[in-house]
Amino acid sequence: MRGMLWLSSLVTVAILLIIVGYIFYKGFRLINFEFIFGDYSPTGGGGIWPMIVTTVYTIVISLAIATPIGILAAVYLQEYAKQGRLVRTIRFATESLTGIPSIIYGLFGAVFFVTTLKLGMSIIAASLTLTIIVLPVVIRTTEEALKTVPAAYREGSLALGTTKLQTLIKVILPSSMPGILSGIILSMGRIVGESAAIFLTAGTVAAMPTSIFSSARTLTVHSFLVTQEAGDIELAAAVGIVLIVIILLLNFSATFISKKLSKADY
Amino acid sequence: MSLMKQSEGTAKINVKDLNLYYGDKQALFDVSLNIEEKKVTALIGPSGCGKSTFLRTLNRMNDLIDGVKINGDIVIDNEDIYKSSDVIKLRTKIGMVFQKPNLFPMSIYDNVAYGPRAQGIKNKKVLNEIVEESLRGAAIWDEVKDRLKSSALGLSGGQQQRVCIARAIAMKPDIILMDEPTSALDPISTLKVEELIAQLKKEYTIVIVTHNMQQAARVSDKTAFFLNGEIVEYDVTNNVFSNPKDQRTEDYVTGRFG
Ligand SMILES: Nc1ncnc2c1ncn2[C@@H]1O[C@H](COP(=O)(O)OP(=O)(O)O)[C@@H](O)[C@H]1O
Ligand SMILES: [Mg+2]
Repeated sequence: MRGMLWLSSLVTVAILLIIVGYIFYKGFRLINFEFIFGDYSPTGGGGIWPMIVTTVYTIVISLAIATPIGILAAVYLQEYAKQGRLVRTIRFATESLTGIPSIIYGLFGAVFFVTTLKLGMSIIAASLTLTIIVLPVVIRTTEEALKTVPAAYREGSLALGTTKLQTLIKVILPSSMPGILSGIILSMGRIVGESAAIFLTAGTVAAMPTSIFSSARTLTVHSFLVTQEAGDIELAAAVGIVLIVIILLLNFSATFISKKLSKADY
Repeated sequence: MSLMKQSEGTAKINVKDLNLYYGDKQALFDVSLNIEEKKVTALIGPSGCGKSTFLRTLNRMNDLIDGVKINGDIVIDNEDIYKSSDVIKLRTKIGMVFQKPNLFPMSIYDNVAYGPRAQGIKNKKVLNEIVEESLRGAAIWDEVKDRLKSSALGLSGGQQQRVCIARAIAMKPDIILMDEPTSALDPISTLKVEELIAQLKKEYTIVIVTHNMQQAARVSDKTAFFLNGEIVEYDVTNNVFSNPKDQRTEDYVTGRFG
């Protein structure tokens, strides 16, 4: 049994190493300053800076909207709402929303944000669509994190004559910060990995976006298109490397920010 | 109750005909007793007899539990605490120490300063004074004065419990409630907390739940014996242990059940 467990974890790690290794092996030759910071050139040889900018835009905007709304919703559901039918229904709904394929969200975004709200194919339309995609993730993980805070902390705080809100801000949220953070990191992964929904709402324009209302192309969409249109696996792999690095950087900064936050003045 | 003939001190807390229900299940039955100021009152009885429930009615911690119904009067300093709605003010006046140390995951300093800060005290000098005074009051200052900024969770269980007491007295309460404060501690730490209780009663009215009868005998002035949600006997501690009036009290304190 132990051997099986050990073997399974070995296989998991090995697969991960093989994938990352393969992508690095395939793509690293293309990585240089010009490739990362250069403007895109349709005739080949250019860089991917516009896609990096677009990717960072979509991550920052969707998280900036989804994180506060998601945390507030989770706090309401877990700490304030009377646990009854309504709350159970909302929970069931958020859980179901996590399981819906992102193409459906993409279609919705294309109809609602792009057309009805007249945002056009744009970074903002894509970010709003992504917000809806990750919102259930943020809510679920935050709820789980809040649940793990020991009841003894709540009692200890309230017994000192603090209000429910003070207890929430000073004790409960800081101690659930690691869990909330992992929800945000999961969401980041979801955003960066998304292609279909972004394809349908932000389009594929391979140029530097001038504002959040520009149509633009994220790294993932780019990687998909160069493989599909030009069959350029090497280029797609190089884009993949950049994606991996961006995710790592974002994870580190999220961890850093949460450390700062949970050390905030008690 | 006729059992309360020798009440020498002034009553700090008057409880009259208190009934408490968890949903349909009644947990306290017509509980009446007067708790004297600056004395230690011990609540003893077998587990599940309602000691914690009763203790938690005094600072309205049972309000946090869904479906709790309470009737009867609890008057503290001439104010019926269930009629006045200011729970916050009540809880700043009544400190509580729990069965397991429940310090927050922050520094020792921040734990002790937590309550005063929540009351809006921001001045560093004032806070420093409160923290030092409270830690001294809880007889733990010398052990932690060099590590105030390190995590409170790095202390031993016994030290943590004394910091919990410091955290409670930082609010300058009148009353301190303790729910089996030493049940999770080793004998040496238990002894320290008991010595501390003897010190604290000079300034505070203390109500302590304990399932340890020797402890009740050692630390308390008066003892109430609970059984199945009722008070069977309430008297000077010495009388309860050496000269109980009720057969059930005698059976319990001589260790025949419980
Ligand atoms: N939150 C609760 N909900 C329902 N019943 C409870 C709750 N807390 C305690 N009780 C019940 O009330 C009775 C008294 O419990 P408690 O006050 O904890 O006893 P003690 O502290 O003397 O061991 C027990 O029968 C217990 O099961
Ligand atoms: Mg108890």
